[in-house]
Amino acid sequence: MKPYKFSNFLSKSESGPGDGGRTGSWRVLRPVIDTTVCIPSKTGKPACFNCWLYCPDAVITKTIPPVIDYEYCKGCGICAQECPANAIEMQDESQFAPKEK
Amino acid sequence: MHMIESGNVAAATGVKLARANVIAAYPITPQTPLTEKLSEFVAAGELAAEYIPVESEHSAMAVCIAASSAGARAFTATSANGLLYMNEQLHWAAGARLPIVMCVANRGIGAPWTVWNDHQDTISQRDGGWIQIYANDHQQIIDSVIKAFYLAQTVSIPVMVCYDGYILSHTYMPFEKPDQDQVDAFLPPFTPENMLDPDRPYNFNTVTLPDVRPDIHGQTAPGYMEIRHCLHQDMRGSIQVLEEIDKKFQAAFGRGGHPFVEPYKCEDADHVVVCMGSLSYHFRDVIDLLSQEGLKIGVMGVQLYRPFPEKAIVEALYQKKSIMVFEKALSYGNQGALYADIKSALYPCENRPEMKNFILGLGGREIKTSILVETVRNAVKHTAASDDHPMWVGLKCQE
Repeated sequence: MKPYKFSNFLSKSESGPGDGGRTGSWRVLRPVIDTTVCIPSKTGKPACFNCWLYCPDAVITKTIPPVIDYEYCKGCGICAQECPANAIEMQDESQFAPKEK
Repeated sequence: MHMIESGNVAAATGVKLARANVIAAYPITPQTPLTEKLSEFVAAGELAAEYIPVESEHSAMAVCIAASSAGARAFTATSANGLLYMNEQLHWAAGARLPIVMCVANRGIGAPWTVWNDHQDTISQRDGGWIQIYANDHQQIIDSVIKAFYLAQTVSIPVMVCYDGYILSHTYMPFEKPDQDQVDAFLPPFTPENMLDPDRPYNFNTVTLPDVRPDIHGQTAPGYMEIRHCLHQDMRGSIQVLEEIDKKFQAAFGRGGHPFVEPYKCEDADHVVVCMGSLSYHFRDVIDLLSQEGLKIGVMGVQLYRPFPEKAIVEALYQKKSIMVFEKALSYGNQGALYADIKSALYPCENRPEMKNFILGLGGREIKTSILVETVRNAVKHTAASDDHPMWVGLKCQE
């Protein structure tokens, strides 16, 4: 018989995607970037990136255009608030949910 | 070495022999002399530990949690309202699976304010996930403390060693102090698999979602419920571990052999008194007196209360005519907790013994041998249908 192992299950995690749980499911409002208005997207220059800077969950990339990881974005809306170009609109999450049959 | 000392010093000596690394405590009667003794050991350089005086029991347990998480052998001690003040951290320590050892010099709970002995403090903590061991005398205090460190680190569950305030904590009794070499050989070093380590950083006990989740390696990581189920399973598994540790202790020191319950004259008895702590030794006088009257009666002290050793309890009790459970605590509005546990353990047995519940000694009310003799004599005589309401022994006026 295998010897019984104690404390096999602990609450233990490492820093990295997924180890805090898929928090995207908490989202009620989804931030959507309008790339025709977003400064780096529109100019093609690595400028602004306020959304990347202010996102408390670090789920927005510092790229052209910036990309939001909806697996983890909780929909707090800080990016939309901080965007100087008003390029981010908070949209009702339910419209993105798969329709029930 | 033979010593004549108080129960608190017996406990402190056990902690010293177990080479605790971190001690954090806040004084409360009747536990205070224990941690005073430990601070003396540390100040004199006899114990290489960090002694951290804190501003409350809640902080004492918080320090123990941090120390234990960092791989230190942590110890604290308290009593009564101090234990209750730790409550939130006690549940945390158990859930975090930290092998902290704590002595509780049992004392009644205010209000009204009392400093004297009963068991309401630790009984109120029975559901928190701590192992609870009740010592009956000074020898069992020092031995239990050493075994507690072994048990705690083996099963990753904190252990409370409980002993009666004043009755044991402040009285002087002879006991054997094991040699340091022997304890070092008996107690393995504490080398936790999971601990706070800057070279291997992990988060422990952060928000854990209701459901399982894939971790960063794609493996299924447990949710809250799996982690709690694991604690329960390990509590059950620690019964066998305690038995093994007790056997090793007996081989090394020549004492032990009753890790769960300690029976006295129970073998051929028709009636058995069940209780915890020093009362079970006090009852031996009562049993001797009643035996002389021709009564076939014994007493059984329950030493391991959580996890509940129901197998040992059922084996000892299922063939008896009657069981009398004497308790220094109760679940208000219901019954004594030990009584309810024993009753539930015996439920599957055929011809269940008759059971009676007695509450006594609350807030240090004196327990006289003569009153116990009379109470048991009457209880055995009047074996009418079991009354589930506990009877109160020694009430002197009633509303």
